[in-house]
Amino acid sequence: MSVAPAEVERPGTGEVVVPDTPWVTIVWNDPVNLMSYVTYVFQKVFGYAKPRAEKLMLDVHHKGKAVVSSGARETMERDAEILHGYGLWATVSHDR
Amino acid sequence: MSGPGEYGDAPEIAEEMMAGFRRTPRGVSARFTPAQAGIIRSLAGQLAELVGGPGAAEAPAGPQAGPDVPSQAADGPLVDLAAILDDAGPPAAPPEDPVLARLLPDAYGDDAEAAGEFRRYTEQGLRSGKVAAARTVLGTLPSSGGRVRLSAGDAEAWLRSLNDVRLALGVLLGITEDYESELGDVDRADPRSAYLQVYDWLTYLQETLVRALH
Repeated sequence: MSVAPAEVERPGTGEVVVPDTPWVTIVWNDPVNLMSYVTYVFQKVFGYAKPRAEKLMLDVHHKGKAVVSSGARETMERDAEILHGYGLWATVSHDR
Repeated sequence: MSGPGEYGDAPEIAEEMMAGFRRTPRGVSARFTPAQAGIIRSLAGQLAELVGGPGAAEAPAGPQAGPDVPSQAADGPLVDLAAILDDAGPPAAPPEDPVLARLLPDAYGDDAEAAGEFRRYTEQGLRSGKVAAARTVLGTLPSSGGRVRLSAGDAEAWLRSLNDVRLALGVLLGITEDYESELGDVDRADPRSAYLQVYDWLTYLQETLVRALH
């Protein structure tokens, strides 16, 4: 079930702050996907610069998984769907 | 994940057949022997049938899935309508076939209901995108082999389809991150041996394609 982010009024400033939405897309390590390919996919799908894409790829490789995007649940599901199209093992979660 | 491996620096004197893909002014290009073309065509065809059902490999190529929208091929009023009519149905279960389960993975690891909902709305598009990519490979690689030149869109389809084929072989062969060190230990009489060599070659081919596109 989707949790709408609550608007919090910061006392004193009058600014309306939207807290980070808790949904994330996670990519898991697997023994088949090439490191170069995973970096390519992160750049292509998310528009990340190569250093950021490479760092995420290495996080997946060494730590077993990495959070590759965060935002609204529907957006994360779309990200996971696209990543599945590229053969990456992606899941959606809200408690990383 | 798998690293560049021993083929990372193919010597320039290597046979062009073994050179894999390279970037040219008219798109990425590679040359295949008839045997190599036969292997790739056979695997791409099997993948299309596994994912899309019998006949999926022979059917005329449908709309290409765009590089950024893998499920584009399944968009359309009929698919939308099917999803709406199916709305009251139970969440879809993950495939029992381990290869299909890897190609069409659950999007929620610990919530079967959410995973089923996601699958119900996305699986057909995912299947269509993979079939379309395999058909692009079949449509651009003559069975006689020879020089293949790919547009950016076709190269992207090749990249995803080679990856799908490697994922499928990886499940069947029980590939681990250390598979390269095991390659030399597998007895030639072992039925896995030939497929491990094919897997290794496809790994190299995909690596050269990523590099040519990057």
